[in-house]
Amino acid sequence: MLRLENLSVAIGDRTVLEDINLEIVPGETHVLFGPNGSGKSTLLGTIMGFPRFRVIAGRILFKEEDITALPVNERAVRGMGIAFQRPPTIRGVLLRNIIEIAARDGITPEELAAGLNLTDFLDREVNHGFSGGELKRSELVQLLAQNPDLVLLDEPESGVDLENMALIGQAINHLLEKEVVRWNGRPLKEIRRGRTKCGLVITHTGYILNYVEADVGHVLYKGKLSCSGNPRELFGCIKRVGYGECVHCVL
Amino acid sequence: MAKSIKEGFLQEGKQHAYIEDLTTLPPVEKERLLHTGVDVKGHSRAGTFMQLDNSVVHCRSVQEGVEVLNIQEALEKYAWVRDYLGGLIPLDEEWSGRRMNGYFVRVLPGVKTRYPVQASLYIGHEGLAQEVHNLVILEEEAALDIITGCATGAFVQRGLHIGITEAYVKKGAKLSFTMIHNWGEEVVVRPRGVTLVEAGGVFSSNFFCLSGVRSLLMYPTTRLAGEGAVGRYNTILVAPPGTEMDVGSRVQLSAPDTKAELIARTITTGGDIINRGHIAGEVPGARGHLECRGLMLSERGRIYAIPELEALVANVELSHEAAVGKVAEEEIEYLMARGLSEEEATSTIVRGFLNVNIEGLPSILQEEIDRAIAACRLGM
Repeated sequence: MLRLENLSVAIGDRTVLEDINLEIVPGETHVLFGPNGSGKSTLLGTIMGFPRFRVIAGRILFKEEDITALPVNERAVRGMGIAFQRPPTIRGVLLRNIIEIAARDGITPEELAAGLNLTDFLDREVNHGFSGGELKRSELVQLLAQNPDLVLLDEPESGVDLENMALIGQAINHLLEKEVVRWNGRPLKEIRRGRTKCGLVITHTGYILNYVEADVGHVLYKGKLSCSGNPRELFGCIKRVGYGECVHCVL
Repeated sequence: MAKSIKEGFLQEGKQHAYIEDLTTLPPVEKERLLHTGVDVKGHSRAGTFMQLDNSVVHCRSVQEGVEVLNIQEALEKYAWVRDYLGGLIPLDEEWSGRRMNGYFVRVLPGVKTRYPVQASLYIGHEGLAQEVHNLVILEEEAALDIITGCATGAFVQRGLHIGITEAYVKKGAKLSFTMIHNWGEEVVVRPRGVTLVEAGGVFSSNFFCLSGVRSLLMYPTTRLAGEGAVGRYNTILVAPPGTEMDVGSRVQLSAPDTKAELIARTITTGGDIINRGHIAGEVPGARGHLECRGLMLSERGRIYAIPELEALVANVELSHEAAVGKVAEEEIEYLMARGLSEEEATSTIVRGFLNVNIEGLPSILQEEIDRAIAACRLGM
């Protein structure tokens, strides 16, 4: 689904990401750990194609196509979606409007909004005066409308209280086709095979792992991927020894 | 001042005959009228007034309790009109009883109209100076919407429009006054407006000028003279290259518990806009908020926002917010991430910017705003 090959990225003249290699196959969700300033948001922004992140080496393949030079909207149309960590307010544009913009098929904003307790927000200006939890839910309702094949989530748990966390976890699982449904006797292998949606999730606290099952974890340290593996194991290790130990792996 | 500006323009122009049925106007002119919110069929309208150059060519009311007259006719019909005329804006010395044009609209006490009165002030002759004096009186507890469309004919480039509008909103009355300008590129426009609002009265002004004009200078003022009166101004301006606009609005809060809200949205695609606003709090308990926001859609042009707040006593609550700049990059990227192209994203943001949620705005006006936004994009 997504393959990053020897990707290096600069912001202005400063190299922020170096020689990143990563592959996400259909049905997989990956999480990205790393201390502040390690380049996590830059990596997500580069995959989405924001022009301030300049690819100086390597390439990005999405569904077997080289999209390194494509603008943001072309990537969105091809099935990529992102939840912003700090989305901007757009005055005069209602949440309802942006849901309609994002929607791929005949989805009614009312239905989606109800699922995320956002019914009262549909006719409000998008993100204007929204609380932390409301911003996250607003991002997710837009993604649900867009229904992307690759979901990029930048710290979906930040600034969210417990009550909202369950709701947000549920929405993410729905996006990633990971909802727990009553077992109907189908073997797990078959269920997994039917799943095609991919995710790449940035988490600083690891908290989201309590709600969303991730398949692979990566640690990004000083612009380099220092290790990959079982996400819970990685996170447990980070909790014990901190990111300081990562320096040995990068060197 | 008015004297010198009139030089170089044709003063009288030919007199036009009364037009009983406005649908007989040429299609191109009808289209032009429609763009300023004036429907020649008069459907869903309580009354219609039309002044072509300096002749009143149509004038009628279809609702009881609503009077629509030529101002000259009103002066002759009612002696008391003289008490109102010039009461808010002193009459020009040179007037001295000379024949006047413009509309007189009066709503009798307690009459609340369902449909708006529409008025068209139209310059059909190249290079003409049009003069208008309008008088609006809402008696106690009356309610009315007026749509005034000011425009030049489809083939007129140059002209001068001098308009005076005096409005009296009496106790508990409610006047919504929407004005749309659609001028030729070389037209000079000098409107003046003063409104007096008594206790519990509400005055809302919506002003649109979304296309090019040589020069537009106006600074309408409302005095909230009675307890609990409310004044609102929504001003929407789009200035293409070659256009100069100096447009403001002012509210004097002269009675307890009065409230003012001034909102301006300005866009330049290369023209020059000065956007003023002034709220004066003169008595305790008065409140006012002023908002001016400007968008630069071109490297050329200028937006100069001058919001003014004036407190004359301690216990008033006045605030303003002002912001001028280009369309924010992150907002464009946000919409692009949802699948819109850069151009679509920009036009969505501009559309949102101009969307000030005006209550009861006729749909034709909304279409007119959409049309202007489409034109804006060409200027980028």
